[in-house]
Amino acid sequence: MLSRANTLKILSALVLFGAWEIAGRIPVSYAFPTFLDSMRSLFEMIGNGMMYEAYKETLRPLVIGIIISAVLGIGLGLWVGLNNFFDWLFSPIFIVMQAAPLAALIPLLVLAYGIGLTSKVLVVCIMAMPVIVLNTSGAVRNTPESYKEMGKSFLASRTSILLRIVIPAASPVIFAGLRLGISAGFIGAILAELKITPTGVGDIITYSRSIADYPSMYAAIFSIILLAVLFLNLLEKIETVLFKGNQRGYVSD
Amino acid sequence: MYLFGYRLPGMSSLVIWALLWEIVGRADLTFFVPPLSEVIATLFEIIRTPAFQKALGETAYAFFAGVFFAVVIGITVGILMGKNRLMDELLLPWVNVFLSAPLTALVPVLMVLFGFGMKSIIITTCLFAVWIIILNSRAGVKQINRSLVEMAHCFGASPMDAFFRIYFWAALPEILGGVRIGIIRAVKGVIIGQLLISIVGFGALFELYSANFLMGHFWAVLIVLFALAFTISEFLAYLERRVAYYAAKR
Amino acid sequence: MVTSQTKERPDAGVETQLESAVSVKNITKNYGAVEALRDMSLEFPRGQLTSLLGPSGCGKTTLLKIIAGLLEPTSGEVLVNGKTVTDPGPDRAFVFQDFALLPWATVLKNVAFGLQMRGVAASEREDKAAKYIKDVGLAGFEKSYPHELSGGMRQRVGLARALSVDADVLLMDEPFSAVDEQTRRKFQEDLLNLVQHENKTFIFVTHSIEEAVYVSDQIAILLPRPSRVSEIIRPSSFRNKGVENIRRDSEYLDIVDDIWASLRTYVE
Repeated sequence: MLSRANTLKILSALVLFGAWEIAGRIPVSYAFPTFLDSMRSLFEMIGNGMMYEAYKETLRPLVIGIIISAVLGIGLGLWVGLNNFFDWLFSPIFIVMQAAPLAALIPLLVLAYGIGLTSKVLVVCIMAMPVIVLNTSGAVRNTPESYKEMGKSFLASRTSILLRIVIPAASPVIFAGLRLGISAGFIGAILAELKITPTGVGDIITYSRSIADYPSMYAAIFSIILLAVLFLNLLEKIETVLFKGNQRGYVSD
Repeated sequence: MYLFGYRLPGMSSLVIWALLWEIVGRADLTFFVPPLSEVIATLFEIIRTPAFQKALGETAYAFFAGVFFAVVIGITVGILMGKNRLMDELLLPWVNVFLSAPLTALVPVLMVLFGFGMKSIIITTCLFAVWIIILNSRAGVKQINRSLVEMAHCFGASPMDAFFRIYFWAALPEILGGVRIGIIRAVKGVIIGQLLISIVGFGALFELYSANFLMGHFWAVLIVLFALAFTISEFLAYLERRVAYYAAKR
Repeated sequence: MVTSQTKERPDAGVETQLESAVSVKNITKNYGAVEALRDMSLEFPRGQLTSLLGPSGCGKTTLLKIIAGLLEPTSGEVLVNGKTVTDPGPDRAFVFQDFALLPWATVLKNVAFGLQMRGVAASEREDKAAKYIKDVGLAGFEKSYPHELSGGMRQRVGLARALSVDADVLLMDEPFSAVDEQTRRKFQEDLLNLVQHENKTFIFVTHSIEEAVYVSDQIAILLPRPSRVSEIIRPSSFRNKGVENIRRDSEYLDIVDDIWASLRTYVE
């Protein structure tokens, strides 16, 4: 028997999809297909391999961009967090980047790097990196003094304090930053596809729109949103499993 | 950060970066980076042009309209979810989904449903902002100290009184925090909307300038946009600090 | 140069020569214009528990951290076992007021932390840690996380960690202030037993008068602005009376009243 929480989740999904179905039947607009039509189209595209091909294209800049952003972002974040000079030098850049609508840079990137893989990867990176860097550096800087003092009192070397105290203490916030960054990276990837050149899933969306095949268009959109959400939830689960100690409740001593 | 014993102000490294920009521009290292001074000059030029002001007007209109709806809908739904368990359990999964989902993917849908104009952009802006406002409003309501509720009961406050004199203020810091983040997201939303729908506002301007390789103009508009976004964000942070003086350490 | 009046209690008998495990000589600590400690000197006898007692702002935690090597004094020196020390060392262990447990690590790993920093091998340090966990009464909780424990239990983890490194001097910074009253009383009784059985020197910061008089062999009363040692009291007659009888002993009650009388004017 399902728990109450899960029952309600399924129920609310049914409500939403039901509403979608009804809206499609009214129809709310000629361009609004029913839920079932869209799902049919989705399974068709999965069946004939179109989805697979499309995602191969789409995921390439996304995955590359996310890996680069994560590695560079955390590295830079640690550096900025631990070193006062680099904090002074780099933090303002990232703070401005975080508040600003970075998507506006996309036309510029296209001008400079053309319409290939490079500019798409760059789009993902500029969307994802600022929040990762800022979260990491903030977390490292805000390590509770108490822990560092305790480490010092037990004769921990500076490396030990960094590896065994500062980084574990910062890891929840770093992970949160990663999740936000990846979410922004997804936005970047899709923007890149819709705006730069249509390939992959973006292509399915624009092409189906142009031939008024709305079920396919909605199916593609549904699939990418589903993917993003599943992936982020998976990431959260991984963090829970790998870092069991991070589920600390509120140890506010 | 100290230099010769004097404390340097927070964002002062931007001066260094500005200098770097100027040097790179003058050295003509790449066509894409004109000197900062040239960009600033262009900036003052184009601010006066009707094209720019039209773009700014359209963007501002879409932005404020989108934010207005996001705030009204967001706070209402958030408070509802915070107070009603059933609504909360039904809606929360979806709010979380849409919070992390790439909303950009929904823009094509908006385009086919609502056309290529202002309406779609306003809805995009609203969509970008509303989820975080919902979440923070809900959180603000949920964290209202039980004691305050009991105290209100004890002293016989009517529901209206209790809401406006206590609950509203107790939840306000958290709600404002959500509105601030929501507004930053709205800025991104209004730009992304314009980039994809491109015949209005700054989207149109960017198309125009890039098509004609007017790099100076391009950067000038970009700077204006970034500066606006940053100013709004800082202003909201200031407001939040003013209101949140009574909020416990969060 | 000890600015103190050593109060001998009537039936103390002959004062035996006490060796100092820790000596604090002319310690001054300034934070900018603020003088936290001024020219403070104190001796801490080996194998005994000395309390630093005083109202807030009298610099007792500052002094303790200077002894621990966590803070640098503006001038003056600290000697441990006759040698000057400036940094934390293996001869001193610290018990923190807010426990300072690593929230992402199990109790076992937390207790073993001190040994880990000293380079002790994993299996050896975990065995040692397990022993001390049993000693403080937390057997069975080795795999628990700090947030699963009560405040009292967390402090026992902190204590086990400090005991496991076999330091000569144990420094305790208001260790019982963050736990509830009943647990606190139990801790005080346990502490008395600990002092008797371990051959360590204890330096104990507290602002509770009853607590100080209950557990200490020597009480140093510190007053604020400027921070100074105003008195050193050595309760003697009830030290070996057994934990249950101390709180009704007349000398105990007298000392508590005396201290309160002199301190009450300094309460903000």
